[in-house]
Amino acid sequence: MAVRKTKHDMPEQKPKDRIKNFNEVPYGYDEKTAIEEAKRCLQCKNRPCISGCPVEIDIPEFIKHIAEGDFDKAVEVLKTKTNLPAVCGRVCPYENQCEGECTLLKIGEPVAIGRLERFLADYERKKGVKIPKKAKSTGKKIAVVGSGPAGLTCAGDLAKMGHRITVFEALHDPGGVLMYGIPEFRLPKEIVKAEVNYIQKLGVEINYDVVVGKTITVDELMEDYDAVFIGTGAGLPRWLKLPGENLEGVYSANEFLTRVNMMRAYQFPEYDTPVKIGKVVATFGAGNVAMDCARTALRLGAVKSYIIYRRSEKEMPARDEEIEHAKEEGVIFKLLTNPVKFFGDDKGLLKEVECIEMKLGEPDESGRRRPAPIEGSNFKIKIDTALVAIGQSPNPLVPKTVKGLKIGKWGNIETDEDGRTNIPGLFAGGDIATGAATVILAMGAGKRAARAIDEYIKSKE
Amino acid sequence: MYPILRREILSENVKLIKIKAPLVAKKAKAGQFIILRIDEKGERIPLTIADYDRKKGTITVIFMEVGKTTKQLGTLKVGDSILNFAGPLGQPSEIEKYGTVVCIGGGVGIAPLYPIVKELKQSGNYVISILGARSEKLLMLEKEIDEFSDELHICTDDGTKGTKGFVSDILQKLIDNKKKIDIVWAIGPVIMMKVVANLTKKYDIKTLVSLNPIMVDGTGMCGCCRVSVGGETKFACVDGPEFDGHKVDYDNLMLRNRRFICQEEESCKLAGV
Repeated sequence: MAVRKTKHDMPEQKPKDRIKNFNEVPYGYDEKTAIEEAKRCLQCKNRPCISGCPVEIDIPEFIKHIAEGDFDKAVEVLKTKTNLPAVCGRVCPYENQCEGECTLLKIGEPVAIGRLERFLADYERKKGVKIPKKAKSTGKKIAVVGSGPAGLTCAGDLAKMGHRITVFEALHDPGGVLMYGIPEFRLPKEIVKAEVNYIQKLGVEINYDVVVGKTITVDELMEDYDAVFIGTGAGLPRWLKLPGENLEGVYSANEFLTRVNMMRAYQFPEYDTPVKIGKVVATFGAGNVAMDCARTALRLGAVKSYIIYRRSEKEMPARDEEIEHAKEEGVIFKLLTNPVKFFGDDKGLLKEVECIEMKLGEPDESGRRRPAPIEGSNFKIKIDTALVAIGQSPNPLVPKTVKGLKIGKWGNIETDEDGRTNIPGLFAGGDIATGAATVILAMGAGKRAARAIDEYIKSKE
Repeated sequence: MYPILRREILSENVKLIKIKAPLVAKKAKAGQFIILRIDEKGERIPLTIADYDRKKGTITVIFMEVGKTTKQLGTLKVGDSILNFAGPLGQPSEIEKYGTVVCIGGGVGIAPLYPIVKELKQSGNYVISILGARSEKLLMLEKEIDEFSDELHICTDDGTKGTKGFVSDILQKLIDNKKKIDIVWAIGPVIMMKVVANLTKKYDIKTLVSLNPIMVDGTGMCGCCRVSVGGETKFACVDGPEFDGHKVDYDNLMLRNRRFICQEEESCKLAGV
């Protein structure tokens, strides 16, 4: 029987409906579709997909069990490597990872590994999550700073190894960027909470409202714990550094998304935190965060939602799927356009942005063609809200307060491949070490650091 | 959960609460603030620390009921608890021996001034305190501040207590009387800090002000609290809340503090407060 060349479609909310709500966009596969999709897998001997997975999931094995209809067995295989499958199955850039290595690409589309992972995670959550057997207690204590994807993964893996883990979270909710950054319609917060709940059931304790660096220092944690892992992420917003950027109506992507996602401003006034956006919203930047901003603005009632980006479509860093979703929903892309200045009215309220058209020149150090302004092409757009989504830097709060810690040139914590810092017993991983990247890379870093921490602790015995 | 151990009504719409938060109390220093969230649906608001007790593990905050959250906070009783309470945040005041220090507090700004006065005095400074409010019943902590001040001046807008006039008038008099002033701390309404800073700038007296912009996370993540200081964008939550008073763009701060006034009204109306 010939193999089907395309992925099975995943049903989703229609664009005209979904821009009126914050519900998740795709519905996920049903059992029958999941089995059919799983049957497309060739079960290659060399298993190239696994090499594309930062957390080393045994992909052909779990797919094989799905194809056989044995979902419980498939879940078991999946969960030996990942603690957050429902998250990964939604926000991983599979196309560059597992699916990017799939043999089926030679004849058509890869196996929909991401959709299958999501299917399994949702299947398990509905059924009731099973807690795996843990290793015998080692009596060792490890502190994890930050409960984002890196911290949660590291904590979960270390707990499975039998260590006692305490996570310190600065905010009032767990999940880090999964909670404050990624919108409900892409990653429902109930799902994040369920995954965190699983990690807590592994024996991980999470302490909220503890701002490490302020409430307690890493140096103090080092005295009380056998090892410390820092996963505090890339929480420092970058600015355009343009005149008028402090006008009322200009938000960093972080502020806008934190208000809407973590503080639930979209349910104001039921929830106390407000957000206001007016009719026309411009988002600056074209990464995943920018797409999240532009799509969130539509759901909050924006009549027009622009993405303003200085390069062309080809250079946009967002995932194709996110760009596609944004386009379907009516986000207007103003490419090869760069902001120059924000203008306010006499009350200091943002009302206009002046932009200049750009052209692409020679490739720069990132390999992308460098944009240059076209003299005299300036024009103005009337806007009520500007969302600055041009990237984040590592949050300096923790690195700055650790004595003798080696810091890189972007304010990141310097580590080796496995998360070891220059201080023995102190580890770091995720965006705080690499600068802003993806959820799955942070998880991979958390996983490698967990192994390195276990090794470190055993070596001291 | 963080229980309320003490509650006092200082004036009609100004209240004091003492909260059990041992980790915060252990590290708290003058000039820093906390962020609290009353309940699951609440917003995060910053309040400057008015006092702390490391041994008892308590933090005291004093707040004016201006919006939905502070009004709701004002209804809580001893024994009630607050869901989230994080801190101490921001940079502490730089307390050292300067010589003669003038500490100016306006209205509810007198509260965060108190620990600064105390620590400046304990560091061997000659402390002149100037407290001002709209009227007598809005003044607070006179006795407490007097205890750590070498001189105490009081003024009210309506003349119900002390000199009739503004804190800046008293400061001007001190300057006119050739009082040698090494540094000024000014905490109060933005307009008061602006007026004081404009005055001291003329005489080249270093002046620190404590800013209270709107915040969300309070850890440098969102930039909601950004202020322009000497033409540079700073985050009050991590770089402040105290800044060189001569460099702050007060007009922008006032503007940004009004960002959500309409929503605030809506929220208060709905909550019936």
